[in-house]
Amino acid sequence: MPMQTVTDNNTDYEVRSLDSICVNNSHLQTRWYHHIKYLVVGILFGIIFVKAEIISWYRIQEMFRLQSFHMYGVIGSAVVVGIISVWLIKKFNIKTIGGEEIEFHPRQFNKGQIYGGLLFGLGWAITGACPGPLYAQIGTGATVIIVTLFSAIAGTWVYGFIREKLPH
Amino acid sequence: MEFIFVLGIFFGGLIAANFLANPNPIAINLKLAHELAGYGITDHSGLVPNQLFNWPALLTVKGFTMIAAGGFLVGFGTRYAGGCTSGHSIMGLSTLQWPSLIATCCFMAGGFIMANLILPFILSL
Repeated sequence: MPMQTVTDNNTDYEVRSLDSICVNNSHLQTRWYHHIKYLVVGILFGIIFVKAEIISWYRIQEMFRLQSFHMYGVIGSAVVVGIISVWLIKKFNIKTIGGEEIEFHPRQFNKGQIYGGLLFGLGWAITGACPGPLYAQIGTGATVIIVTLFSAIAGTWVYGFIREKLPH
Repeated sequence: MEFIFVLGIFFGGLIAANFLANPNPIAINLKLAHELAGYGITDHSGLVPNQLFNWPALLTVKGFTMIAAGGFLVGFGTRYAGGCTSGHSIMGLSTLQWPSLIATCCFMAGGFIMANLILPFILSL
């Protein structure tokens, strides 16, 4: 992937985490078929999104109206699984599938987490989706969500254009 | 790689909706169903209400606000906050990072404000 050669040159982790770019990409040069694993994990993720109703607009509305426990249970159990996974990775020094070290980078606080977080929350309650589920919603046949997806991508571009003027 | 991953999510949605679909309409909270019926949303067959999210609706103020403006807020906000539900709420909280806790609280605050205070106005347009 050309992505690797670009990101390999940029080692300023703080700026890159601000850019929401993955700061611990694999540095291995691999053949194309090594990327099939991302497709497989993506497909599993998409199926779970649908079967667990995480991409349901109604479940998101219930969450923000305190009308069901569903999404709190999903997110809460995901955090617990995450805590256990991170603990196991650190405890047994588990490597990636390619044999690389797994690094965790601490996040720096900036005001973007407040302002951006509030704006994202407003959008989340309108669309009933955070960024990943948009792709799954399109997959289930709600084709107009393609417009939502492109608007979201446009949103990230606009942020890039005006970020210097925004409080951080 | 990120692109291949999200392509996988799309195919996962496709597979689940076509081969593993729940034959029954999604069971939703009665209070929510009653509230939505007041805005004419009665068809709960899809995971996304197709009475709100459809192509002709894009040409209406309500539809454009929900489909396009909502998406813009999701993208802009995620980028500005430096992460989304997975990056901050799940991975950030799993690694006990307080900036991610702040971001998660703001995600929830924004969602509560929209769903309870602003969305009723948008839905009545």
